Amino acid sequence: MQDFSVITNWIHEFLLSTLGLPGWLTLTVECLLVGVGLLLVYALLALFYIYYERKICAFIQCRVGPNRVGPWGLLQSFADMFKILIKEIIHLDHIDRFLFALAPYLVIIASMMAFAVLPWGNGLQVIDFNIGIFFLIAVSSIGVLGILLAGWSSNNKFTLIGALRSGAQMVSYELSIGLSVLTMVCLAGTMSVGGIVEEQSDLWFIFKGHVPAIIAFVIYLIAGTAETNRGPFDLPEAESELTAGYHTEYSGLHFGLFYLAEYLNLFIVSGVAALLFFGGWMPLHIPGWEAFNHVMDYIPSVIWFLGKAFVLSYVIIWFKWTFPRLRIDQLLSLEWKYLLPINLFNLALMVVIIVCGWHF
Amino acid sequence: MAKVQEKIAKLFPQATFEEGERLTVCIAPDQWHDLAKALRHDPDLNFDYLITIVGMDWSDAYGCVYYMMTTNSSEVIAVKVKAADREKPMIASVVDLWPDAGLFEREVYDFFGIIFLNNPDMRRLFLSIDWKGYPLRKDYDDDPAINPVSIENERQTDFTESWVEKDGKVEKVETRIFQPEDFVVNIGPQHPATHGVLRFRTCVNGEEIKKIDVYMGYIHRGVEKLCESLTYPQTLHYMDRLDYFSAHNYHHGLCRLYERAAGIKISRRAEVIRVMMDELSRIASHCLFMGTFCMDLGATSMLFYTLRVREQILDIMEKTCGARMTFNYDCIGGVMQDLAPDFQKDVKELLAVLPANIKEYNKVFTGNVIARNRMEGVGVISREDAIAWGVTGPSGRAAGWSCDIRKIMPYSIYPELEFDEVLATEGDAMARFKVRLEEIVQSARILEQLVDNIPEGEYCVKVPKVLKLPAGSWFELVEGCRGVFGVYLESDGSTKPYRLKIAPPCLPLAGVVDHITRGMKIADLITIGGSLDYIIPDMDR
Amino acid sequence: MEVTTKSMPYEAWKDNEYIEKLVKELQESGTNVVVGKLDQLINWGRSNSLWPLTFATSCCGIEFVSLGAARFDMARFGWEVARSSPRQADFMMVAGTIVHRMVPVFRRLYDQLAEPKYVIACGSCAISGGPFRKSYHVAKGIEDIVPVDVFVPGCPPRPEAMIYGIMQLSRKIKVEKFFGGVNRQQKQEDFLREHPVEGVND
Repeated sequence: MQDFSVITNWIHEFLLSTLGLPGWLTLTVECLLVGVGLLLVYALLALFYIYYERKICAFIQCRVGPNRVGPWGLLQSFADMFKILIKEIIHLDHIDRFLFALAPYLVIIASMMAFAVLPWGNGLQVIDFNIGIFFLIAVSSIGVLGILLAGWSSNNKFTLIGALRSGAQMVSYELSIGLSVLTMVCLAGTMSVGGIVEEQSDLWFIFKGHVPAIIAFVIYLIAGTAETNRGPFDLPEAESELTAGYHTEYSGLHFGLFYLAEYLNLFIVSGVAALLFFGGWMPLHIPGWEAFNHVMDYIPSVIWFLGKAFVLSYVIIWFKWTFPRLRIDQLLSLEWKYLLPINLFNLALMVVIIVCGWHF
Repeated sequence: MAKVQEKIAKLFPQATFEEGERLTVCIAPDQWHDLAKALRHDPDLNFDYLITIVGMDWSDAYGCVYYMMTTNSSEVIAVKVKAADREKPMIASVVDLWPDAGLFEREVYDFFGIIFLNNPDMRRLFLSIDWKGYPLRKDYDDDPAINPVSIENERQTDFTESWVEKDGKVEKVETRIFQPEDFVVNIGPQHPATHGVLRFRTCVNGEEIKKIDVYMGYIHRGVEKLCESLTYPQTLHYMDRLDYFSAHNYHHGLCRLYERAAGIKISRRAEVIRVMMDELSRIASHCLFMGTFCMDLGATSMLFYTLRVREQILDIMEKTCGARMTFNYDCIGGVMQDLAPDFQKDVKELLAVLPANIKEYNKVFTGNVIARNRMEGVGVISREDAIAWGVTGPSGRAAGWSCDIRKIMPYSIYPELEFDEVLATEGDAMARFKVRLEEIVQSARILEQLVDNIPEGEYCVKVPKVLKLPAGSWFELVEGCRGVFGVYLESDGSTKPYRLKIAPPCLPLAGVVDHITRGMKIADLITIGGSLDYIIPDMDR
Repeated sequence: MEVTTKSMPYEAWKDNEYIEKLVKELQESGTNVVVGKLDQLINWGRSNSLWPLTFATSCCGIEFVSLGAARFDMARFGWEVARSSPRQADFMMVAGTIVHRMVPVFRRLYDQLAEPKYVIACGSCAISGGPFRKSYHVAKGIEDIVPVDVFVPGCPPRPEAMIYGIMQLSRKIKVEKFFGGVNRQQKQEDFLREHPVEGVND
């Protein structure tokens, strides 16, 4: 199995010993490198995701999707990015300018910070600390603040309704996400992201924890879709009801940030699902099949992680293009009347299974 | 009919009766409201469905012709009321008897300046409050300098006007539409869910709707006035552009009206072609309805599946009519040109793929639990409400009201055809959806019966180049894709219509929105709007 | 310099004298290489990413829906991201009749679009009033209300004609100048100066 920590260690050594930089400067340079790297990955991933969704949606709707800009339309989202970057940012009167400008950055920061703890590959994680998954849940809730601010500061009735819907929705579904994550943390016995991945080196959690893990996965997927404001839970930006929801008044780059964050959140949700249920970057290992496991190890861990995330995203995108939208009361009753009790029961079930040692 | 006449003559000895194809009662304005009350509530008469109110300028007086139908026996009568005063014409309002009269009366007020006493909402309907003159009056000055195009925002009022009769005196009363503390969200005119340019001023309490003020006229093109300056064959092409999905049906209606007035008998081949085109457009229209309705609910992909069938139908029409949307195919005396050679083959192909498609729609959408939760019990219209508000077409039939003109007043070759009138009893959005889905099946049934039985013959009989219709008035009802489509023609014997009134099915649909959305959620407004399936250019004309 | 379009022969566009004139103007005005290249990059982005505003008043709007559907699939060109909020859209397909009451709303929508913004007058109603030209309540073409970039005739235009129209717009954008604003932008500013709306500051 390739270990990316060799490379990162080499860079560290190179800066510290070969260039002879002092400790603090090394750290600063490394931080900068990581930051630039993440930003790059961030932008590229978002652009890929936009293309990815457009192609999937076209496939579902019997169309071909973008195919004119670049080979197979691959450059379509790049063209979109260039355009959005230089599009006018409209200045509005009668709004809370500071909050209005702050909101998109809050949303972006939230998803940026979640990137820090995602297990990109073996040894390729920005920071791995003992409450990694907890940190992830914590920072991903900052996003809702950005959306609320965007809706409030725009001084527009549609955005306000969109933001309030979003607030109610996010707060509710955070609960389900938290509980299903907790279920899996019980199984892993650690909150450290690296630890969770290591625990799955013999078998992925979805197999290891069988029934409760599958229930937790289904709930996580539903709640995760709601958390990213995607169909069938796209009430905050319900196009046919609220024109464009909370970001109706945003234009140019600011809108671009919301647009990117939407896709990045999709990636984060599927990334976390991959981490909790499908072993993060861990290749598929089946106990007893040594030769098979060995072959699987040859596939780079980054590809494993991204591959799992993309497949899970496909499922979430599939939801959006298949299901009609829920109504706000149905959305809330789904969470509070169904998902939450099932989740609590599931947590208890998981604990029983772990205590009795009934998992694989 | 004779019984009705007898009864009215007994109750109102002053009423006179006009000769014509339909029983026409003439009554003085001061007795009109009493007569209306009798017509509405007398168990022998029971005219519970007001089809339309035709505003008229008879050059000596302004007045109205009320067309109403009884659901007991589907008989239609007309009542003519001439306002006494030409300077300030006033007629008693009947909005207390037929709720759908509210919008009709506003329309007449807008076009002719006839004031309806005791109507609580006498604002102009299509034109702005600063509009000078009443456009359908014969002496209207249409100089663009008087009413110029302005890019300045339109002046709007928060008050409704009404003229109330009190102790023999007429007073103007203003009422607030929304209270100052109301949270009013403006949905439309540019909004993805209004299917065009309709505007709802929606007062909400959180997510709940308290009141809706429907504001229209954003696509009012003055078709009725335009028709008065065109010869009869020329007026036909506007029918394509009202409800552009029922283009054939509307053409059929107007052609039938002209043919009856001129005494032209068309060939059977033309009749069959017309009916086939009507049913084809009904399928295409319902397909698009399903697509856009599902899109409103958030299931975007359905649109693409339903448009597949629609495109196939458009291909069939294009081969014969030469256009994808505005066909202008039915003409006085028959149809414009003969069927394309492979018409029958194409229709058979369409009929072969339809069942599979309908199965797919049911699988993708109707059976979906979210879709069912969104539609069931939403926007319920009872049968009584449907009749009172004039909600016809699939929406009315979903409420259990048998209002299919093809069945209750069969025209053309419909009496010979075997098909069922699709009825449901729930009256909610789900029922409206299902009725339309089932109507596709029934239309396909009609096509199946006809596709191999298109008789030989001429497709268009000889009609004089310059068509003059005898003086008189006619009224014709046909079934459009969205409900009862009525046309009223008053001719003065020249080559141009003296007055052509179009009674569209979509105008009452807009009127009922406020009634059925109260207490619902904002999202339900979208469901209701989508399921009623109104077409704004049809509503505004 | 030729304004090329992928997989379309240049001859297919030869009838557009207007763009030929723009190209000539561009060549005559001259520019330095760096700015020119940057312009090309920006124009590449803009011309390939045209997001329409979901705006339709009547029949032409239905053909616009057909344009998005599987048979004509405007997604191939990247035009399918129809935005409902004018702030995020690039061009406005004026599909349908614009009547007196709609004019202020329409103008406001145009003002709300973020720069660079384009307008396509689609169908005879938007171009001249079409069959309703003689009506008392119909604007005789939208040219007096907003500056129009491309006219697409038809009643309603076929979806193919709409594709052709939007492609013409995309060609027009390719000869635009981001720095200096020679070609189209100048005209737009002149137009807006002549047709001001109260309360909209530029």
